Amino acid sequence: MSDVMHNFELYQPNSLQGAADLLDEFDDAWIIAGAKDSLGWFKDRVKQPAVVVDLGGIPELAGIEPTDDGGVYIGAATTLTDVSESTLVKERFQILSVAASNVASPQIRNSGTIGGNISQDTRCVYYRDGFPCYRAGGNTCYANTPTAMNREHALFEVSRCVAVTPSDTAPAMVALGAIMIIRRDGEEMEVPASEYFIGPEIDITRMTVLEPGDILLGIRIPGEWANARHYFEKIADRNTWDFALVSVTMVAKVAGGAIGDVAMVCGGVQCTPRRLTEVEDVIRGEVPGPEMENLVRRVASRGAKPLNFNHFKVPLMENLAARAVRSLA
Amino acid sequence: MDGMGPYDPTVDFPEGPAIAEIAADGNVKPWRPLHVSRRNFLRGVVCSGIVIGGSSYLFSTATPARADVRGVERMMSLTVNGKTRRVDVAPNETLGYTIRYRLGLTGTKIGCNQAECGACTVMADGRTIYSCSTLTHRMRGINIVTVEGIAAPDGTLHPVQRAFIEEIGPQCGFCTPGQVVAAVALLNSNPNPTEAEARVAMSGNLCRCGAYDHYMRGIMKAAREG
Repeated sequence: MSDVMHNFELYQPNSLQGAADLLDEFDDAWIIAGAKDSLGWFKDRVKQPAVVVDLGGIPELAGIEPTDDGGVYIGAATTLTDVSESTLVKERFQILSVAASNVASPQIRNSGTIGGNISQDTRCVYYRDGFPCYRAGGNTCYANTPTAMNREHALFEVSRCVAVTPSDTAPAMVALGAIMIIRRDGEEMEVPASEYFIGPEIDITRMTVLEPGDILLGIRIPGEWANARHYFEKIADRNTWDFALVSVTMVAKVAGGAIGDVAMVCGGVQCTPRRLTEVEDVIRGEVPGPEMENLVRRVASRGAKPLNFNHFKVPLMENLAARAVRSLA
Repeated sequence: MDGMGPYDPTVDFPEGPAIAEIAADGNVKPWRPLHVSRRNFLRGVVCSGIVIGGSSYLFSTATPARADVRGVERMMSLTVNGKTRRVDVAPNETLGYTIRYRLGLTGTKIGCNQAECGACTVMADGRTIYSCSTLTHRMRGINIVTVEGIAAPDGTLHPVQRAFIEEIGPQCGFCTPGQVVAAVALLNSNPNPTEAEARVAMSGNLCRCGAYDHYMRGIMKAAREG
Protein backbone atom coordinates (compact mmCIF):
# COMPACT_ATOMS: atom_id res chain seq x y z
CA MET A 1 0.00 0.00 0.00
CA SER A 2 1.28 3.34 -0.82
CA ASP A 3 0.61 6.46 1.12
CA VAL A 4 0.94 10.20 0.86
CA MET A 5 4.60 11.06 1.06
CA HIS A 6 6.09 12.54 4.21
CA ASN A 7 6.91 16.25 4.22
CA PHE A 8 10.33 17.08 2.94
CA GLU A 9 12.21 20.15 1.84
CA LEU A 10 12.79 19.98 -1.92
CA TYR A 11 15.79 21.64 -3.53
CA GLN A 12 16.15 21.95 -7.29
CA PRO A 13 19.63 23.28 -8.02
CA ASN A 14 20.29 24.23 -11.63
CA SER A 15 24.05 23.89 -11.49
CA LEU A 16 26.42 21.18 -10.39
CA GLN A 17 28.11 23.51 -7.93
CA GLY A 18 24.75 24.39 -6.41
CA ALA A 19 23.98 20.72 -5.98
CA ALA A 20 27.37 20.03 -4.43
CA ASP A 21 26.91 22.90 -1.97
CA LEU A 22 23.54 21.54 -0.92
CA LEU A 23 24.95 18.06 -0.41
CA ASP A 24 27.77 19.53 1.66
CA GLU A 25 25.30 21.36 3.82
CA PHE A 26 22.81 18.56 4.41
CA ASP A 27 24.48 15.31 5.40
CA ASP A 28 21.30 13.30 5.07
CA ALA A 29 20.12 14.75 1.75
CA TRP A 30 18.48 12.27 -0.60
CA ILE A 31 19.28 12.68 -4.29
CA ILE A 32 16.60 12.19 -6.93
CA ALA A 33 16.66 12.68 -10.69
CA GLY A 34 13.93 10.60 -12.32
CA ALA A 35 12.71 9.74 -8.80
CA LYS A 36 11.16 6.49 -9.98
CA ASP A 37 12.86 4.41 -7.29
CA SER A 38 12.81 7.11 -4.61
CA LEU A 39 9.10 7.99 -4.71
CA GLY A 40 8.33 4.33 -4.07
CA TRP A 41 10.43 4.44 -0.92
CA PHE A 42 8.77 7.69 0.18
CA LYS A 43 5.23 6.53 -0.51
CA ASP A 44 5.81 3.34 1.43
CA ARG A 45 7.06 5.58 4.25
CA VAL A 46 10.11 3.36 4.63
CA LYS A 47 12.59 6.13 3.86
CA GLN A 48 11.74 9.61 5.07
CA PRO A 49 14.60 11.98 4.32
CA ALA A 50 14.05 15.57 5.46
CA VAL A 51 15.90 17.05 2.50
CA VAL A 52 15.52 15.94 -1.11
CA VAL A 53 17.80 17.32 -3.82
CA ASP A 54 16.48 17.02 -7.36
CA LEU A 55 19.33 16.82 -9.90
CA GLY A 56 16.97 16.49 -12.89
CA GLY A 57 17.24 20.18 -13.75
CA ILE A 58 21.03 20.32 -14.13
CA PRO A 59 21.73 20.63 -17.87
CA GLU A 60 25.28 19.21 -17.84
CA LEU A 61 24.05 15.94 -16.33
CA ALA A 62 21.94 15.00 -19.36
CA GLY A 63 22.99 14.22 -22.89
CA ILE A 64 24.84 11.71 -25.02
CA GLU A 65 28.08 12.60 -26.77
CA PRO A 66 30.59 10.68 -28.88
CA THR A 67 34.10 10.32 -27.48
CA ASP A 68 37.36 10.33 -29.40
CA ASP A 69 38.10 6.64 -28.88
CA GLY A 70 34.91 5.59 -30.66
CA GLY A 71 32.88 5.29 -27.49
CA VAL A 72 30.14 7.41 -25.96
CA TYR A 73 29.68 9.55 -22.88
CA ILE A 74 26.22 9.44 -21.32
CA GLY A 75 25.17 11.98 -18.70
CA ALA A 76 23.79 10.30 -15.59
CA ALA A 77 20.43 12.10 -15.78
CA THR A 78 19.77 11.10 -19.40
CA THR A 79 16.44 9.31 -19.55
CA LEU A 80 16.34 5.64 -20.48
CA THR A 81 14.22 6.48 -23.54
CA ASP A 82 16.90 8.90 -24.74
CA VAL A 83 19.53 6.19 -24.27
CA SER A 84 17.55 3.48 -26.04
CA GLU A 85 16.51 5.75 -28.95
CA SER A 86 19.84 7.52 -29.42
CA THR A 87 21.21 6.83 -32.91
CA LEU A 88 24.73 7.19 -31.54
CA VAL A 89 24.16 4.51 -28.91
CA LYS A 90 22.42 2.28 -31.44
CA GLU A 91 25.29 2.64 -33.90
CA ARG A 92 28.03 1.89 -31.44
CA PHE A 93 26.53 -0.07 -28.55
CA GLN A 94 23.28 -1.64 -29.66
CA ILE A 95 23.37 -3.82 -26.55
CA LEU A 96 22.91 -0.80 -24.29
CA SER A 97 19.99 0.42 -26.39
CA VAL A 98 18.34 -3.00 -26.13
CA ALA A 99 18.96 -3.25 -22.39
CA ALA A 100 17.58 0.25 -21.76
CA SER A 101 14.47 -0.51 -23.80
CA ASN A 102 13.81 -3.55 -21.60
CA VAL A 103 13.57 -1.55 -18.39
CA ALA A 104 10.13 -1.32 -16.75
CA SER A 105 7.48 0.37 -18.92
CA PRO A 106 7.52 3.18 -21.55
CA GLN A 107 6.31 5.78 -19.08
CA ILE A 108 9.00 4.85 -16.57
CA ARG A 109 11.67 4.90 -19.28
CA ASN A 110 10.49 8.38 -20.29
CA SER A 111 11.35 9.81 -16.89
CA GLY A 112 13.71 7.29 -15.27
CA THR A 113 17.39 7.99 -15.78
CA ILE A 114 20.29 5.77 -16.74
CA GLY A 115 22.28 6.81 -13.66
CA GLY A 116 19.33 5.96 -11.46
CA ASN A 117 18.77 2.65 -13.18
CA ILE A 118 22.27 1.38 -12.60
CA SER A 119 22.45 2.78 -9.06
CA GLN A 120 18.99 1.73 -7.89
CA ASP A 121 18.46 -0.13 -4.67
CA THR A 122 17.60 -3.81 -4.54
CA ARG A 123 14.01 -5.06 -4.78
CA CYS A 124 14.13 -7.61 -1.94
CA VAL A 125 10.53 -7.53 -0.69
CA TYR A 126 11.52 -7.73 2.95
CA TYR A 127 13.95 -4.86 2.64
CA ARG A 128 11.46 -2.80 0.62
CA ASP A 129 8.70 -3.41 3.14
CA GLY A 130 10.83 -1.83 5.85
CA PHE A 131 11.92 -4.96 7.71
CA PRO A 132 14.94 -4.16 9.93
CA CYS A 133 17.22 -6.48 8.00
CA TYR A 134 21.01 -6.39 7.66
CA ARG A 135 20.78 -4.06 4.68
CA ALA A 136 18.53 -1.72 6.64
CA GLY A 137 21.00 -1.64 9.52
CA GLY A 138 19.55 -4.54 11.53
CA ASN A 139 20.97 -7.96 12.35
CA THR A 140 18.76 -10.49 10.58
CA CYS A 141 18.03 -11.55 7.04
CA TYR A 142 14.32 -12.18 6.63
CA ALA A 143 14.69 -13.56 3.11
CA ASN A 144 17.05 -16.39 4.01
CA THR A 145 14.93 -18.36 6.46
CA PRO A 146 13.26 -21.76 5.94
CA THR A 147 9.87 -20.24 5.19
CA ALA A 148 10.89 -16.99 3.52
CA MET A 149 9.74 -16.17 0.00
CA ASN A 150 13.07 -15.97 -1.74
CA ARG A 151 12.48 -17.04 -5.32
CA GLU A 152 13.86 -13.71 -6.53
CA HIS A 153 16.99 -13.81 -4.42
CA ALA A 154 20.65 -14.58 -4.92
CA LEU A 155 22.57 -17.67 -5.99
CA PHE A 156 26.10 -16.35 -5.55
CA GLU A 157 28.34 -14.37 -3.21
CA VAL A 158 25.87 -14.28 -0.36
CA SER A 159 27.13 -12.60 2.77
CA ARG A 160 24.26 -12.30 5.28
CA CYS A 161 22.16 -10.40 2.67
CA VAL A 162 20.70 -12.41 -0.23
CA ALA A 163 19.40 -9.49 -2.31
CA VAL A 164 20.21 -9.20 -6.03
CA THR A 165 20.88 -6.38 -8.44
CA PRO A 166 17.60 -5.47 -10.17
CA SER A 167 19.07 -3.36 -12.97
CA ASP A 168 18.88 -4.30 -16.65
CA THR A 169 21.48 -1.81 -17.78
CA ALA A 170 24.07 -2.46 -15.05
CA PRO A 171 25.14 -5.82 -16.59
CA ALA A 172 25.56 -4.05 -19.94
CA MET A 173 27.81 -1.46 -18.25
CA VAL A 174 29.98 -4.21 -16.77
CA ALA A 175 30.13 -6.08 -20.08
CA LEU A 176 31.09 -2.92 -21.98
CA GLY A 177 33.74 -1.97 -19.41
CA ALA A 178 32.08 1.37 -18.71
CA ILE A 179 33.74 3.99 -16.52
CA MET A 180 31.58 5.77 -13.96
CA ILE A 181 32.49 9.40 -13.39
CA ILE A 182 31.74 10.47 -9.83
CA ARG A 183 32.09 13.84 -8.18
CA ARG A 184 33.31 13.52 -4.60
CA ASP A 185 34.50 16.45 -2.45
CA GLY A 186 34.69 18.75 -5.47
CA GLU A 187 36.89 16.37 -7.44
CA GLU A 188 36.04 14.00 -10.24
CA MET A 189 37.01 10.39 -9.90
CA GLU A 190 36.65 7.52 -12.31
CA VAL A 191 35.48 4.10 -11.23
CA PRO A 192 35.26 1.13 -13.59
CA ALA A 193 31.86 -0.58 -13.64
CA SER A 194 33.40 -3.78 -12.28
CA GLU A 195 34.28 -1.89 -9.08
CA TYR A 196 31.30 0.46 -9.03
CA PHE A 197 28.87 -2.24 -7.94
CA ILE A 198 29.65 -3.62 -4.50
CA GLY A 199 28.36 -6.66 -2.67
CA PRO A 200 27.34 -7.07 0.96
CA GLU A 201 30.86 -8.24 1.82
CA ILE A 202 32.13 -4.71 1.20
CA ASP A 203 29.16 -2.68 2.45
CA ILE A 204 25.86 -4.33 3.22
CA THR A 205 23.84 -1.10 3.18
CA ARG A 206 24.86 0.05 -0.30
CA MET A 207 24.71 -1.35 -3.82
CA THR A 208 27.34 0.95 -5.31
CA VAL A 209 30.46 2.80 -4.21
CA LEU A 210 28.45 6.04 -4.07
CA GLU A 211 28.63 7.58 -0.61
CA PRO A 212 26.34 10.25 0.79
CA GLY A 213 27.28 13.51 -0.92
CA ASP A 214 28.62 11.85 -4.07
CA ILE A 215 27.09 12.68 -7.44
CA LEU A 216 27.27 10.28 -10.37
CA LEU A 217 28.02 12.67 -13.24
CA GLY A 218 28.02 10.31 -16.16
CA ILE A 219 29.14 7.09 -17.74
CA ARG A 220 31.92 6.83 -20.28
CA ILE A 221 31.84 3.75 -22.44
CA PRO A 222 35.18 3.11 -24.14
CA GLY A 223 35.17 2.24 -27.83
CA GLU A 224 36.55 -1.25 -27.24
CA TRP A 225 33.25 -3.04 -27.82
CA ALA A 226 31.80 -0.71 -30.45
CA ASN A 227 29.85 -2.63 -33.11
CA ALA A 228 30.53 -5.96 -31.38
CA ARG A 229 28.11 -8.89 -31.65
CA HIS A 230 25.73 -8.85 -28.71
CA TYR A 231 22.97 -10.75 -26.97
CA PHE A 232 20.52 -9.60 -24.33
CA GLU A 233 17.73 -11.61 -22.79
CA LYS A 234 15.73 -10.84 -19.70
CA ILE A 235 13.43 -13.32 -18.01
CA ALA A 236 10.83 -11.81 -15.69
CA ASP A 237 7.37 -12.78 -14.48
CA ARG A 238 5.85 -10.01 -16.58
CA ASN A 239 7.15 -8.49 -19.78
CA THR A 240 6.54 -4.94 -18.57
CA TRP A 241 7.44 -3.29 -15.27
CA ASP A 242 8.99 -6.35 -13.77
CA PHE A 243 12.56 -6.79 -12.68
CA ALA A 244 14.65 -9.59 -14.12
CA LEU A 245 14.63 -12.98 -12.43
CA VAL A 246 17.72 -13.67 -14.50
CA SER A 247 19.08 -11.65 -17.38
CA VAL A 248 22.06 -12.31 -19.62
CA THR A 249 24.08 -9.69 -21.46
CA MET A 250 26.89 -10.61 -23.82
CA VAL A 251 29.20 -8.75 -26.16
CA ALA A 252 31.54 -10.74 -28.38
CA LYS A 253 33.91 -10.31 -31.28
CA VAL A 254 33.64 -13.04 -33.86
CA ALA A 255 36.28 -13.52 -36.55
CA GLY A 256 36.28 -16.34 -39.08
CA GLY A 257 33.53 -18.22 -37.22
CA ALA A 258 35.52 -18.35 -33.99
CA ILE A 259 34.77 -16.30 -30.91
CA GLY A 260 37.46 -13.78 -30.12
CA ASP A 261 37.15 -11.63 -27.06
CA VAL A 262 33.90 -12.00 -25.16
CA ALA A 263 32.23 -10.59 -22.04
CA MET A 264 29.16 -12.26 -20.54
CA VAL A 265 27.34 -10.86 -17.52
CA CYS A 266 24.32 -12.12 -15.63
CA GLY A 267 21.87 -9.92 -13.76
CA GLY A 268 19.52 -11.02 -10.99
CA VAL A 269 21.68 -13.78 -9.54
CA GLN A 270 23.99 -11.86 -7.22
CA CYS A 271 24.13 -8.53 -5.44
CA THR A 272 26.26 -7.18 -8.26
CA PRO A 273 26.13 -8.00 -11.98
CA ARG A 274 27.90 -11.37 -12.23
CA ARG A 275 30.60 -11.71 -14.84
CA LEU A 276 30.61 -15.31 -16.11
CA THR A 277 34.38 -15.56 -16.43
CA GLU A 278 34.34 -19.37 -16.54
CA VAL A 279 32.01 -19.32 -19.54
CA GLU A 280 34.17 -16.69 -21.22
CA ASP A 281 37.28 -18.84 -20.71
CA VAL A 282 35.55 -21.89 -22.15
CA ILE A 283 34.31 -20.21 -25.32
CA ARG A 284 37.13 -17.79 -26.10
CA GLY A 285 38.85 -18.81 -29.32
CA GLU A 286 36.40 -21.64 -30.01
CA VAL A 287 33.78 -22.13 -32.72
CA PRO A 288 30.23 -22.08 -31.39
CA GLY A 289 28.17 -25.24 -31.76
CA PRO A 290 26.01 -27.72 -29.82
CA GLU A 291 29.03 -29.16 -28.06
CA MET A 292 30.05 -25.75 -26.82
CA GLU A 293 26.52 -25.08 -25.62
CA ASN A 294 26.63 -28.18 -23.44
CA LEU A 295 29.94 -27.12 -22.03
CA VAL A 296 28.61 -23.65 -21.31
CA ARG A 297 25.58 -25.13 -19.54
CA ARG A 298 27.90 -27.08 -17.28
CA VAL A 299 30.04 -24.16 -16.19
CA ALA A 300 27.59 -21.24 -16.27
CA SER A 301 26.14 -21.71 -12.79
CA ARG A 302 29.15 -23.36 -11.17
CA GLY A 303 29.28 -22.45 -7.49
CA ALA A 304 25.61 -21.54 -7.24
CA LYS A 305 24.10 -21.98 -3.77
CA PRO A 306 20.33 -21.81 -4.25
CA LEU A 307 18.01 -20.82 -1.40
CA ASN A 308 14.71 -22.58 -0.68
CA PHE A 309 12.68 -21.24 -3.58
CA ASN A 310 15.13 -20.11 -6.23
CA HIS A 311 16.53 -23.38 -7.54
CA PHE A 312 14.82 -22.62 -10.83
CA LYS A 313 17.33 -19.86 -11.44
CA VAL A 314 20.15 -22.39 -11.91
CA PRO A 315 18.87 -24.04 -15.11
CA LEU A 316 17.47 -20.68 -16.21
CA MET A 317 20.90 -19.14 -16.00
CA GLU A 318 22.52 -22.11 -17.75
CA ASN A 319 20.02 -21.97 -20.61
CA LEU A 320 20.38 -18.22 -21.02
CA ALA A 321 24.16 -18.55 -21.24
CA ALA A 322 23.78 -21.33 -23.81
CA ARG A 323 21.34 -19.27 -25.87
CA ALA A 324 23.71 -16.32 -25.82
CA VAL A 325 26.46 -18.53 -27.21
CA ARG A 326 24.06 -20.03 -29.78
CA SER A 327 23.38 -16.53 -31.13
CA LEU A 328 27.02 -16.37 -32.23
CA ALA A 329 26.81 -19.48 -34.42
CA MET B 1 -22.65 -6.49 37.44
CA ASP B 2 -25.99 -5.40 38.85
CA GLY B 3 -26.81 -1.77 38.83
CA MET B 4 -24.47 -0.90 35.98
CA GLY B 5 -25.99 1.02 33.14
CA PRO B 6 -24.82 1.15 29.60
CA TYR B 7 -21.11 1.89 29.04
CA ASP B 8 -20.37 5.56 29.48
CA PRO B 9 -16.86 6.60 28.49
CA THR B 10 -17.00 9.80 30.51
CA VAL B 11 -17.54 7.97 33.79
CA ASP B 12 -14.40 6.98 35.70
CA PHE B 13 -13.50 3.36 36.36
CA PRO B 14 -15.54 1.84 39.22
CA GLU B 15 -13.84 1.67 42.60
CA GLY B 16 -12.32 -1.46 44.03
CA PRO B 17 -9.89 -4.13 42.96
CA ALA B 18 -10.38 -5.55 39.50
CA ILE B 19 -7.64 -8.19 39.41
CA ALA B 20 -5.67 -9.41 42.42
CA GLU B 21 -1.93 -9.88 42.04
CA ILE B 22 0.51 -11.76 44.29
CA ALA B 23 3.39 -9.48 45.17
CA ALA B 24 6.97 -10.72 45.68
CA ASP B 25 6.53 -10.83 49.47
CA GLY B 26 3.52 -13.13 49.14
CA ASN B 27 0.90 -10.51 50.02
CA VAL B 28 -2.12 -10.15 47.83
CA LYS B 29 -1.88 -6.79 46.13
CA PRO B 30 -5.12 -5.36 44.83
CA TRP B 31 -4.65 -4.11 41.33
CA ARG B 32 -6.47 -1.02 40.35
CA PRO B 33 -6.38 0.83 37.16
CA LEU B 34 -4.82 4.26 37.08
CA HIS B 35 -7.52 6.60 38.24
CA VAL B 36 -7.54 8.79 35.16
CA SER B 37 -10.70 9.48 33.24
CA ARG B 38 -10.60 9.55 29.48
CA ARG B 39 -11.45 13.24 29.56
CA ASN B 40 -8.56 14.12 31.85
CA PHE B 41 -6.19 11.88 29.95
CA LEU B 42 -7.00 13.64 26.69
CA ARG B 43 -6.59 17.02 28.35
CA GLY B 44 -3.15 15.97 29.52
CA VAL B 45 -2.12 14.75 26.08
CA VAL B 46 -3.28 17.94 24.39
CA CYS B 47 -1.52 20.20 26.91
CA SER B 48 1.77 18.32 26.86
CA GLY B 49 1.64 18.31 23.06
CA ILE B 50 1.32 22.07 23.05
CA VAL B 51 4.23 22.41 25.42
CA ILE B 52 6.48 20.05 23.46
CA GLY B 53 5.51 21.41 20.06
CA GLY B 54 5.62 25.04 21.15
CA SER B 55 8.95 24.75 22.86
CA SER B 56 10.57 23.50 19.68
CA TYR B 57 9.49 26.74 18.01
CA LEU B 58 10.44 28.94 20.92
CA PHE B 59 13.73 27.43 21.96
CA SER B 60 15.11 25.83 18.81
CA THR B 61 18.49 27.10 17.73
CA ALA B 62 18.99 24.98 14.61
CA THR B 63 17.99 26.79 11.45
CA PRO B 64 16.99 24.35 8.73
CA ALA B 65 18.70 26.04 5.81
CA ARG B 66 21.05 28.84 4.89
CA ALA B 67 19.31 32.08 3.98
CA ASP B 68 20.65 32.08 0.42
CA VAL B 69 19.82 28.44 -0.28
CA ARG B 70 16.16 27.73 0.00
CA GLY B 71 13.86 24.95 -0.97
CA VAL B 72 11.44 25.34 -3.84
CA GLU B 73 8.82 28.08 -3.76
CA ARG B 74 5.40 26.58 -3.31
CA MET B 75 3.82 28.90 -5.86
CA MET B 76 4.67 27.74 -9.34
CA SER B 77 3.46 28.11 -12.92
CA LEU B 78 2.07 24.94 -14.37
CA THR B 79 1.15 24.62 -18.04
CA VAL B 80 -1.64 22.12 -18.51
CA ASN B 81 -3.49 21.72 -21.80
CA GLY B 82 -2.04 24.97 -23.12
CA LYS B 83 -3.10 27.09 -20.15
CA THR B 84 -0.54 28.37 -17.70
CA ARG B 85 -1.80 28.72 -14.16
CA ARG B 86 -0.24 29.74 -10.86
CA VAL B 87 -0.66 26.89 -8.42
CA ASP B 88 0.26 26.42 -4.78
CA VAL B 89 2.08 23.10 -4.73
CA ALA B 90 3.62 21.32 -1.74
CA PRO B 91 7.18 20.02 -2.24
CA ASN B 92 6.02 16.43 -1.82
CA GLU B 93 3.04 16.73 -4.14
CA THR B 94 2.71 14.53 -7.19
CA LEU B 95 1.53 15.79 -10.54
CA GLY B 96 -1.49 13.48 -10.44
CA TYR B 97 -2.62 15.03 -7.17
CA THR B 98 -2.10 18.58 -8.43
CA ILE B 99 -3.99 17.96 -11.66
CA ARG B 100 -6.94 16.34 -9.94
CA TYR B 101 -7.29 18.20 -6.69
CA ARG B 102 -5.82 21.64 -7.35
CA LEU B 103 -6.75 22.14 -11.00
CA GLY B 104 -9.92 20.06 -10.86
CA LEU B 105 -9.04 18.08 -13.99
CA THR B 106 -10.40 14.81 -12.72
CA GLY B 107 -10.19 13.01 -16.05
CA THR B 108 -6.76 11.76 -15.02
CA LYS B 109 -7.26 8.81 -12.68
CA ILE B 110 -4.98 7.69 -9.91
CA GLY B 111 -5.09 3.90 -9.88
CA CYS B 112 -2.21 2.20 -8.14
CA ASN B 113 -0.38 5.40 -7.16
CA GLN B 114 2.96 3.60 -7.60
CA ALA B 115 3.81 3.73 -11.32
CA GLU B 116 2.42 0.31 -12.11
CA CYS B 117 -0.96 0.72 -13.81
CA GLY B 118 -0.88 3.69 -16.19
CA ALA B 119 -4.31 5.15 -15.37
CA CYS B 120 -2.59 8.43 -14.46
CA THR B 121 -0.68 8.71 -17.75
CA VAL B 122 -0.25 12.27 -19.04
CA MET B 123 2.00 13.76 -21.69
CA ALA B 124 4.94 15.91 -20.64
CA ASP B 125 6.44 17.65 -23.67
CA GLY B 126 4.88 14.93 -25.83
CA ARG B 127 6.23 11.99 -23.84
CA THR B 128 4.03 9.87 -21.63
CA ILE B 129 4.75 9.83 -17.91
CA TYR B 130 3.03 8.50 -14.81
CA SER B 131 1.66 11.62 -13.13
CA CYS B 132 1.22 9.73 -9.84
CA SER B 133 4.96 9.23 -9.58
CA THR B 134 6.25 12.59 -10.74
CA LEU B 135 6.83 15.52 -8.41
CA THR B 136 4.86 18.52 -9.64
CA HIS B 137 7.83 20.80 -9.07
CA ARG B 138 9.70 18.77 -11.68
CA MET B 139 7.21 20.04 -14.29
CA ARG B 140 8.28 23.70 -14.39
CA GLY B 141 8.32 24.94 -17.97
CA ILE B 142 7.02 21.64 -19.30
CA ASN B 143 3.92 21.35 -21.42
CA ILE B 144 1.50 18.90 -19.85
CA VAL B 145 -1.41 17.42 -21.74
CA THR B 146 -4.07 15.48 -19.87
CA VAL B 147 -6.98 13.56 -21.32
CA GLU B 148 -9.05 16.77 -21.18
CA GLY B 149 -6.65 18.35 -23.66
CA ILE B 150 -6.93 15.59 -26.27
CA ALA B 151 -10.21 16.58 -27.92
CA ALA B 152 -10.35 19.77 -29.99
CA PRO B 153 -11.46 22.96 -28.15
CA ASP B 154 -14.84 22.78 -29.94
CA GLY B 155 -15.41 19.31 -28.54
CA THR B 156 -14.57 17.33 -31.66
CA LEU B 157 -13.14 14.02 -30.50
CA HIS B 158 -9.63 12.93 -31.41
CA PRO B 159 -9.54 10.01 -33.89
CA VAL B 160 -8.24 7.79 -31.07
CA GLN B 161 -11.23 8.67 -28.89
CA ARG B 162 -13.65 8.03 -31.76
CA ALA B 163 -12.01 4.72 -32.57
CA PHE B 164 -12.05 3.65 -28.92
CA ILE B 165 -15.80 4.33 -28.82
CA GLU B 166 -16.42 2.47 -32.07
CA GLU B 167 -14.31 -0.51 -31.06
CA ILE B 168 -15.82 -0.50 -27.53
CA GLY B 169 -12.42 0.00 -25.95
CA PRO B 170 -13.55 0.98 -22.45
CA GLN B 171 -15.39 -1.57 -20.38
CA CYS B 172 -15.34 -0.14 -16.87
CA GLY B 173 -13.49 2.88 -18.20
CA PHE B 174 -11.12 3.53 -15.33
CA CYS B 175 -7.97 2.94 -17.37
CA THR B 176 -9.34 4.72 -20.46
CA PRO B 177 -7.92 8.22 -19.82
CA GLY B 178 -4.45 6.72 -19.57
CA GLN B 179 -5.01 4.52 -22.60
CA VAL B 180 -6.20 7.51 -24.65
CA VAL B 181 -3.18 9.64 -23.70
CA ALA B 182 -0.72 6.81 -24.35
CA ALA B 183 -2.32 6.05 -27.73
CA VAL B 184 -2.33 9.71 -28.79
CA ALA B 185 1.32 10.08 -27.78
CA LEU B 186 2.15 7.02 -29.85
CA LEU B 187 0.34 8.30 -32.96
CA ASN B 188 1.90 11.75 -32.55
CA SER B 189 5.39 10.29 -32.74
CA ASN B 190 4.60 7.40 -35.06
CA PRO B 191 1.44 7.95 -37.17
CA ASN B 192 1.54 4.47 -38.74
CA PRO B 193 2.69 2.02 -36.08
CA THR B 194 2.81 -1.70 -36.62
CA GLU B 195 0.79 -3.71 -34.16
CA ALA B 196 3.99 -4.80 -32.42
CA GLU B 197 5.10 -1.18 -32.00
CA ALA B 198 1.68 -0.24 -30.70
CA ARG B 199 1.75 -3.07 -28.16
CA VAL B 200 5.13 -1.90 -26.86
CA ALA B 201 3.92 1.71 -26.65
CA MET B 202 0.79 0.65 -24.76
CA SER B 203 2.59 -1.82 -22.50
CA GLY B 204 2.71 0.65 -19.62
CA ASN B 205 -1.08 0.74 -19.25
CA LEU B 206 -2.99 -1.99 -17.46
CA CYS B 207 -6.65 -2.77 -18.13
CA ARG B 208 -8.26 -4.90 -15.46
CA CYS B 209 -11.21 -5.69 -17.74
CA GLY B 210 -8.71 -7.16 -20.17
CA ALA B 211 -9.94 -5.12 -23.13
CA TYR B 212 -6.45 -4.90 -24.59
CA ASP B 213 -7.46 -6.21 -28.00
CA HIS B 214 -10.29 -3.68 -28.19
CA TYR B 215 -7.89 -0.86 -27.46
CA MET B 216 -5.41 -2.29 -29.94
CA ARG B 217 -8.06 -2.44 -32.67
CA GLY B 218 -8.99 1.14 -31.81
CA ILE B 219 -5.42 2.34 -32.18
CA MET B 220 -4.93 0.60 -35.52
CA LYS B 221 -8.25 2.02 -36.70
CA ALA B 222 -7.30 5.53 -35.59
CA ALA B 223 -3.96 5.16 -37.37
CA ARG B 224 -5.71 4.12 -40.59
CA GLU B 225 -8.46 6.71 -40.49
CA GLY B 226 -6.74 9.46 -38.43
